[in-house]
Amino acid sequence: MVQVRDLAFSRGERSIFDGIDLDIARGSVTAIMGPSGTGKTTLLKLIGGQLQPQQGSIVVDGECVTDLGIKALYKLRQRMGMMFQSGALLTDLSVFDNIAFPIREHTDLPETLVRDLVLMKLQAVGLRGAAGMMPNELSGGMARRVAMARAIALDPMMVMYDEPFTGQDPISMGIVVKLISELNSALGLTSVVVSHDVQETAAIADYVYLLSDGKVVDQGTPDSLWKSASEWSQQFLNGEPDGPVAFHYPAAAFRDDLIGGGRTT
Amino acid sequence: MLGPLQRLGRTGIGFFERLGRGHVFLLQILARLPALLLRPGLVVRQIYSVGVLTLLIILVSGLFVGMVLGLQGFNTLSDFGAEESLGVAVALALVRELGPVVTALLFAGRAGSALTAEIGLMKATEQLSGMEMMAVDPMKRVIAPRFLAGFLSMPLLAAIFSAIGVYGGFFVGVGLLGVDEGAYWSQMQANVDLQDDIYNGVIKSIVFGFVATWIAVFEGYDAVPTSEGVSRATTRTVVHGALAVLGLDFVLTALMFGD
Repeated sequence: MVQVRDLAFSRGERSIFDGIDLDIARGSVTAIMGPSGTGKTTLLKLIGGQLQPQQGSIVVDGECVTDLGIKALYKLRQRMGMMFQSGALLTDLSVFDNIAFPIREHTDLPETLVRDLVLMKLQAVGLRGAAGMMPNELSGGMARRVAMARAIALDPMMVMYDEPFTGQDPISMGIVVKLISELNSALGLTSVVVSHDVQETAAIADYVYLLSDGKVVDQGTPDSLWKSASEWSQQFLNGEPDGPVAFHYPAAAFRDDLIGGGRTT
Repeated sequence: MLGPLQRLGRTGIGFFERLGRGHVFLLQILARLPALLLRPGLVVRQIYSVGVLTLLIILVSGLFVGMVLGLQGFNTLSDFGAEESLGVAVALALVRELGPVVTALLFAGRAGSALTAEIGLMKATEQLSGMEMMAVDPMKRVIAPRFLAGFLSMPLLAAIFSAIGVYGGFFVGVGLLGVDEGAYWSQMQANVDLQDDIYNGVIKSIVFGFVATWIAVFEGYDAVPTSEGVSRATTRTVVHGALAVLGLDFVLTALMFGD
């Protein structure tokens, strides 16, 4: 479904990706994992065509995202759903209207049919009863589920989830984990989950890429990664405080700092 | 030694870069305006929030400005025994200058700041990004309707400001200070010219509406997506909007009434 080849992207002087390759298989749940600040969200924006890489290609469903004009890109995005970390719900619209929004924008369906479609999506995420609520009345977990319902409103071929588990209580997290997995199989989706929550992501992912310092440092099925010989993978998956990713941020020698009287800023 | 020069250079480049971005942004909006003909509902909703909700402050301000003009005008004119000309003095001051200018300043403060804050917060909360990923162009769906609504509302608000101001002057001059009612209206009718005064005032309000709304939507769209960034952008909308209106007022006045 998605092929990323030799992708390089930087913001100003700072390199985010330095020649990475990824393949996301159709019908699978693929996880992109790595520490905060490794550019996981940036990768989703590159796949969605919201950012242009400096080098490399991204092909989604046979179309090269980096070469598409704006109209073709918007056509392609109608077949892609995205759930943002914040939910990104339109705050002046109710839950119902948020989910109806992409349907109304891209189709001429009669309002009765729109209503039925929206209620079906809400039923799928268990929030049909919240259709009349406004986004500011929702809990964090409910907002993610509404965003999820909106992401599948146009029956896309793939859905990208940006940090779906962050800041969730255990019950909400369990619901989101279950929904991602069930929606993927029930709707025949391809799912890309960006996360740093190891247990939850490993539980539903068919394949995992581990990113660090702009490179893919390891990849494989969750089971194979647990057995990986890579020190970096073991540190990340087991949450060890020290290892290849050092506990201390690079600095001058502690002794020199203490007795040298130098400035710390 | 080179530090201040470098800073000056950076500031200059930053200013012109932003100016260029603002103009490209304007062209992008203008290119999307024809599509709004198919969806007038989007513009009507924005006219309500940009125009109708600004009406109260325009009505109250217009009334008070007219009353002050009536009072000040009467005091000055009565020194020359020309109180009968109060109507024309109030009307000319309003339709030529105060109507468009004060309305634009109030518009930048009330509607402009609201537009910037709304768009900036939509950016900060990824709503604009979310629209893009839903294959909905935020320039067409969010920015262009707001721009058109502001552009259309401003001349109407300026006209209402001037009209209510004339009644404010009437209330003080005729109602309280005893100027002859017939003289108030007839002098106004005889000496306010449709072409020179009314049309020029309308042109000013159209230009001010265009510029103030452009600044407001650009600042919102260009805001740094943080609470501080949105706050700074809102302040810039009011400051830059007010300065642009006052500067343009001088230029337009010189062009219209300079000879």
